[in-house]
Amino acid sequence: MAFVPDIQAFCCHYTAQQSCAEGQGGLAADGFPQNITINRLACGGKLEVTMLLKAFENGADGVYMIGCPTDKCHNLMGSQRAAKRVAAAKKALAELGVEPERVAMFHLERGLHPEFVQAGRQMQETITALGPSPFKAELSSLPAQTKLMPSGCKGGAQ
Amino acid sequence: MIIAERKPLNEIIEMVTDAKRILVLGCRGCVTVCSAGGEREVEILASLIRLGKMKAGQQCEVIEATLVRQCDKEYVDSIDQWDGQYDAIVSMACGVGVNFIANLRPCDKVYPGVNTTAFGGSAEQGVWSEQCAGCGDCVLHRTGGLCPVARCAKSLMNGPCGGSVGGRCEIHQEVPCIWQSIHDRLERTGKKADMDRIAPIRDWSTAGHGGPRKTVRNDLTV
Repeated sequence: MAFVPDIQAFCCHYTAQQSCAEGQGGLAADGFPQNITINRLACGGKLEVTMLLKAFENGADGVYMIGCPTDKCHNLMGSQRAAKRVAAAKKALAELGVEPERVAMFHLERGLHPEFVQAGRQMQETITALGPSPFKAELSSLPAQTKLMPSGCKGGAQ
Repeated sequence: MIIAERKPLNEIIEMVTDAKRILVLGCRGCVTVCSAGGEREVEILASLIRLGKMKAGQQCEVIEATLVRQCDKEYVDSIDQWDGQYDAIVSMACGVGVNFIANLRPCDKVYPGVNTTAFGGSAEQGVWSEQCAGCGDCVLHRTGGLCPVARCAKSLMNGPCGGSVGGRCEIHQEVPCIWQSIHDRLERTGKKADMDRIAPIRDWSTAGHGGPRKTVRNDLTV
């Protein structure tokens, strides 16, 4: 069975607004891969390194962020901050011996629908070529209980 | 504040190779301010440990928590609440925190999640620089408030050396020669004559060369 990657896209509200307005059906008709899940953020500045890492914990094969052009961010520095956090996640993956290309940052003009679709297709191509996430591959060999690892327990009451 | 930075991940993963339940413990003191071991960094490291374990095909549970401080017994004692729930602690506090946990919890395995680097301040957002060496015998009253022990690459007490060029340090050209800065500052504040005072040979025993240092305040002890 052909590998269909689980790809999580985090999108700045302002950059993705027009593309998302089309809905899944409209995007699919334009060639946006259906296996990409779009997670909209109020601003790229809301992106945290842990959001990217936890996507991998939850089984993603690739994760990317779409934000405004660095010099045209609706909230001034949101997309710059997002890019730095994507870079931090790339570095962390490299430290773990995993391909940093599994995380990517795209800076797109607002409302440019074809580029939004193109970014998704590009990511799809990259991740398909890389194959399944090394985290997920190993996870499948572990007992089922391990797959339900808590994402953390602040305050210690477990 | 005490400046620290996260250890390379492979070092941390190796430390906890045998642990199946790990308590990643942050500190709300200095390491939160320098973004090395606060709540956010705990969350990131916990996630990375889980991913590292997943990649290695190992089972693992990670508890994330952050104490008010790790350099006071009363806060370290609160680790009791996770008794029996962890095999190892990865402390993201400075080295003081790791030592305190080791002192107070003799049977716990505790590992450092950060490298403790210096006493310093935030020069600009995301940049911290060393300002004090904690040498135990402050000379700032004679050097215009600028520390030659921490900020001169050679810790000269009677600087500058002959290598300073254009006001820059010969060892690290990206930093100003602190003795040039001391000279300029003393001149600006009408204290230039202080430059002519020869600092005597120094007793470095207060700087840790005489063994671990201890401060006792009898007015505060109980």
